[in-house]
Formats: sequence, structure tokens, C-alpha cells
Amino acid sequence: MLLRRCGTDALLVEVDSLTEVSAVRAALQGLEGIEELVPAARTVLVKGALNQVREALKDIDLTKVPTTHPSEVTIPVIYDGPDLGLVAETAGISQDEVVTLHTDAVYEVAFCGFAPGFAYLTGLPESLQQPRLDSPRTKVPQGSVGIAGEFTAAYPRATPGGWRLIGRTEITLFDPKAETPALLQPGDQVRFVVA
Amino acid sequence: MNRTVTIIRTGPQALIQDLGRPGNAHLGVPPSGAVDPHSLTLANRLVGNPETAAGLELLLGALTIRANTSCTVAVTGPAVQVHVGEKLADSHHPIHLRPHEVLEIGTPETGLRNYLALSGGIDVPEELGSRSTDLLSGIGPDPLRDNDVLELGTPSPANDADVVPPHQALQTLVIPIRLGPRDDWFEDAETQLRQGSWTVSDRSNRVGTRLNGTRLNRRDGEIPSEGVITGAVQVPPDGQPVVFLNDHPTTGGYPVIGVVDRDHLRFFGQARPGTSVRFRPIV
Repeated sequence: MLLRRCGTDALLVEVDSLTEVSAVRAALQGLEGIEELVPAARTVLVKGALNQVREALKDIDLTKVPTTHPSEVTIPVIYDGPDLGLVAETAGISQDEVVTLHTDAVYEVAFCGFAPGFAYLTGLPESLQQPRLDSPRTKVPQGSVGIAGEFTAAYPRATPGGWRLIGRTEITLFDPKAETPALLQPGDQVRFVVA
Repeated sequence: MNRTVTIIRTGPQALIQDLGRPGNAHLGVPPSGAVDPHSLTLANRLVGNPETAAGLELLLGALTIRANTSCTVAVTGPAVQVHVGEKLADSHHPIHLRPHEVLEIGTPETGLRNYLALSGGIDVPEELGSRSTDLLSGIGPDPLRDNDVLELGTPSPANDADVVPPHQALQTLVIPIRLGPRDDWFEDAETQLRQGSWTVSDRSNRVGTRLNGTRLNRRDGEIPSEGVITGAVQVPPDGQPVVFLNDHPTTGGYPVIGVVDRDHLRFFGQARPGTSVRFRPIV
């Protein structure tokens, strides 16, 4: 673990894996005075309360995976994505088996980024860990459910994107006018079910 | 009865802004808010508003409004000509408008953004705790258009601030920058920053101020996306730095060579294309 200075009131905590990111996030979440806590692929950015942050990181066990989740969310999916066939072919299995694999797994929100409410979910079965499309789509429709590398995600709104799309959800993922704008937050546990 | 003003004509860009919605970066939501918060809070104080009230951020001024109620307004930012009807009025000073009076804000000769506060503040619904327009992610109200009608909140009694100094736009900015978090991607980052010189690019916006000039030599490659804060100076492969302003993306994959303190960031928010920039690195 490496602490990198980021201006006067923030630190970038650099670690070696998503599991360690999760451990750092869990250790810092809820510390009084923290203004921003932004997990990413190999880092956690933390702004504010730097003395308490340094103290909390002193004795941290990075191998300890948090067992509690801020919330548990189920997302109904219609599995009719334009890349379902490609994904099945790449994995060497049937389309039904893709759906079974995707719905049987339990995911965790590793971090959000790219667009408001866009959550990168880890826990994807190995045979579904596939590369992005050779040529990204200029418009991925809102609610599309895709996979890319070790992640799966649902698009909160229409954006360009290169993920392989296996389905779509009608659930609202981000509504800035709502009391709780983002359906998914870092640390949440997520399951997909067939709608 | 509702207190309102009508937008008769906007300039290049007129946005509703308050102090933004920090604290939501973990959801992928930029902080947004006025890029020169100092000028917005001064304007609010002149009309008796709390500093957090929503006002207007006017790129190159140039806004005309009609009051549909009596209200107090104040224009801050760089020095600019202001008229009420045909009569010249003072910027950086409270101005009382009677119903049907027209306020016309000219174009400042220096600087980039004027701020207009209206007594009671602009009353649009909050999104994630703020009324600010975020141009990157589309959160908050749309940019203003001609003929829009804006509702105002309930005014408080004016406080004792009655004149404030205009923003002094400088032809050369010398900006302190704290090295890190990725200064190790650069060979002798401190010297490169200290010896370089740049000008503000005309492709700058609320997402970031782009600088043209000395190429910062960095390692090739990208970092797995990581959180970035407002004021971060990111260096893409072309070596031309970008200073992240309020509507910046919450994560990025280019190395951040250093971070500009909040107190100095507003000078970028007010820097016209062509302004010279030098950095004073703090190790």
C-alpha cells in the first residue's frame, strides 16, 4: 500500500488488487470529516480528515474482505442483448448457459465512474470475462447490461460504449431528482435475475 | 405571488450555479458549481443572500433580464458595464430593480465570467443537493435560453456589504502547484513545471482549462482509471496539461502531475484564451 499526496487535503491510496481496494474503502467508510471517498480499480481517493485516514490505514489488514454490504440489490434483466451470441460463442457455451452463469453469480460494486450511476461490478464468472468490442458503439441504449474484462455493468443512460451487451433492464439506475439518486453504490451486493 | 425575472437575452452561455454538489464523486457525479465561487459568494452577500444561494454564471457577461417583481441584484466578477434601462449602474454594488425594469450586463474587457445574484436566490429544484448545471453529466437545469422565466426565493434583509472589488484578471498567471499524486511518471517533474510556460487554450471549458505550450515529458501508457479531484493537472500523451475545473470527470486514466489549491483555481475559471500561465511547484 502506497499513500500518494493529492493537493493539500486529499490522498490517493494505491494498492495491488480490487480486493484490497474494497478493504481500504470499507476501513475508511464512515470516518467523520471525509468529504470524498472514491474507490477505483487499484486506488482509493480520499479527501478530508487526513490524520484520521492515516491512523485508520496504519493497522489495516488488506486481505480482509468486507462481509457486510451497504445494501443488497436485485436487477431484473431481459437477456436479449445484441452480443449474446458472440459472448456464448467466445465462451464456447449456449446462450442459455450465458444467462445461467450471469444470474447465478453474486456481484459487488467495486467502484462507479464513466457516467453518474455507472457501477463496475466484480464477481463475473471467468468464461464471461471477455474483451470489449473491436469497435465501440456510438450509442448504447439506456438500461443495457454488458460485460467487459472482469466487470459487468448496466448503463444508467444512453452513452457511447464498447462493452458486449447481453441484455437490458428497465430498472432506473440513476435519477438525479430522486431522494437516493444512484441505485448502486460502492460495496453494494448485486444479483441479476431473469425478468 | 411568485417573484420572477425574465431572461430577455443571454450571451454565449448563462448557467444557474451555486456552490455545487461535492461529496458524490463515488457515484460518478462531478462537483460542479461556480468556477469562481469567490465572485458568486460576494454577489450573494451584496443582495443579502446566504453564500450558498444559486445565481447566474455568465460567460463573457452579456445578459439582459427584466424584473417582474422588485428585487435587489448584484453583478460581480471582472469589471463590466451595467445599465438599468438607459441609465448606467454600478457593478459590484447592490442594484434595486422595480417591476418591469430591465438590467443589461455588457461584456467585460478582461476576465471570463460575470456572476449575477438576485435577492432570494434562483429557486429551481435541487438535484443531489445543488441547483448547479453540470455540463459534463447533464445534471441540474438546462443552460438558460432567451425568454426563460426564473423563479426567485424569499429575500432576506440585505446585510451590510455594499461594495466589493472586481476580479482583477492578470495577463500572466503564476500558480502554485503541489506535486503528485503521479509526479513519478515524469522525469524531474518539479523542473519541468518550473521551467515550462503555457497559454490558455480556446478549447477550455467548465470541465477543464487546457494549456498549450511546453510539452511535459512523461512515461508512455495509461493508469487504470483512478479518482481525480478538482484542481488536478492531468497530462495526456501529448504532454499538454489540463487543469480540472468543476465539471471534471470523477475518474481519469492520465497521470496527474500536481494539484492546484482551491484558492488559486478560480484564476483559471477567469482566464481568457491566450492568458500566459507559469507554475510554481511546491514539493
